[in-house]
Amino acid sequence: MIPGALPSFGITLFWVGLLVLLPMAALAARPWENGAGLMLRTLSSPRTLAALRLSFGCALVAAAATTLLGLLICWVLDRVRPPGWRLLDGLIDLPFALPTAVAGITLATLYAPTGLIGAPLARLGLPIAGTPLGIVLALMFVGLPFVVRTVLPVLRGLPFELEEVAATLGARPAQVAWRVIVPALLPALLTGFGLAFARGVGEYGSVIFIAGNRPMRSEIAPLLIVIRLSEDDYAGAAGIGLLMLLAASACLLAVTLLRRRLPALRGVR
Amino acid sequence: MTTTTRITPAGWLLTAAAWLAVALMLILPVGVLFGQALREGLQAALATLSDPDSLAAIRLSLLVTAIVLPVNAACGFLAAFALTRFDFPGRALLLVLIELPLSVSPVVAGLVWVLLFGRHGWFGPWLTAHGIRLVFTLPGILLATLFVTFPYVTRTVMPAMEARGRAQEEAATMLGAGFLPILFRVTLPEAGAALLSGTLLCAARALGEFGAVSVASGHVPGLTETVPLRIQALYDGYETTAAFTLAALLAIASGLLVGVRGVMEWRRGGTGSARVDAT
Repeated sequence: MIPGALPSFGITLFWVGLLVLLPMAALAARPWENGAGLMLRTLSSPRTLAALRLSFGCALVAAAATTLLGLLICWVLDRVRPPGWRLLDGLIDLPFALPTAVAGITLATLYAPTGLIGAPLARLGLPIAGTPLGIVLALMFVGLPFVVRTVLPVLRGLPFELEEVAATLGARPAQVAWRVIVPALLPALLTGFGLAFARGVGEYGSVIFIAGNRPMRSEIAPLLIVIRLSEDDYAGAAGIGLLMLLAASACLLAVTLLRRRLPALRGVR
Repeated sequence: MTTTTRITPAGWLLTAAAWLAVALMLILPVGVLFGQALREGLQAALATLSDPDSLAAIRLSLLVTAIVLPVNAACGFLAAFALTRFDFPGRALLLVLIELPLSVSPVVAGLVWVLLFGRHGWFGPWLTAHGIRLVFTLPGILLATLFVTFPYVTRTVMPAMEARGRAQEEAATMLGAGFLPILFRVTLPEAGAALLSGTLLCAARALGEFGAVSVASGHVPGLTETVPLRIQALYDGYETTAAFTLAALLAIASGLLVGVRGVMEWRRGGTGSARVDAT
């Protein structure tokens, strides 16, 4: 028996208890302090519902788009391997290195009606800043590395023989991609999707600068928490926060369970 | 790894699409960041940094990072030691709790401290009665930052400790070594690289955290404004050059930390330049 069980556990439990357990207990308990009925009524107010719908909807669309784009990039990085693929690989991590507030003001400037991308699109009648599209673009920026870093290692581990066998059996390249590669990657794609979605639902810094923040139109749920808190409505703020945490946890749990049930090439992983 | 000998036309097409997406989505924003910072020239950009409130923000961010890092590095390391060196019931639950902050919105990570220590928080009345203010001051910023950087060290160190097994610690125990000698002379040297890697990630996040700190800080210029909050204040005040200069500075610092970590991970034989848990 290695010595030190008591001190290492003691400190760990104190650390976890003070910094995670205590705050989470407050988040779980405080929404109900004015009664469950009032809590449900606050959560189902039009403004809260609009904010939740916007946050979840945009996160869903962004995660789906990011997963497709991530698959394309992974494919190029591993199976095409064009000259300079290492540079492309390194660039994928840029969003990890950019703090959210920095990403926020940068994307807001880029997509503003006077911005480099925003101006031509605004002339085409497609405003980005202040619309859900702007929120989706910001969330895609934040989510891309999550998808690529989840899918790429799995694609790299997938033996070439699999594709060769399919090809010898007469499958065309597109058939190989959709019938052999994508099913084998499905668990990884799902995980990447889940991570990007969970991150997107709660994202704040990179979104608020571009979102426009008009109530009912472009106000995301995390911002509504901040507003409720500034009105001293602790229960209301905690209610939205608890709901978001439960949704993000449920999403990550669902991905884990789904991965276990997917029979697709367990051995290959 | 060799470059593929021949690339099909379809391959080139996909490559072009991937580069276009990365150029528009990732490279262009970084270009805009530095372009906006330097739009009145380097001199003008650097001049904005001597603003006393910006300097105070830089000092505060460094102070917060300097306090948060040792706490979360030491505790995270001990937690990884406890989780990998002993068998105990409830191990999975403890792991879930340690990873929980990763799935919490930054805003909620700040909110929870207000729920506890704010004016109407659980401990609020008691704190007010004793004249103590925890949130909207330095302690609030510290707690919020401790929370968001909580899991990084444990998550990076645990796989390294798990992969190496317990044999060395067990051998040291047989030879009569106590807890601290084992921790510092057996476990730490082996897991040191992983510890540094997790700490770098922790530092990058601590410097750049916006949402959580924004909720738990009083936003008083010169007193409770960290660098990201100062960037927001400058941007909202239409001081574009100053905002983007400070943002570029923060991005460089954060990029260096994440970059050094990427190189380290790559040399340690990791799978990629960054792991999924990075933010």
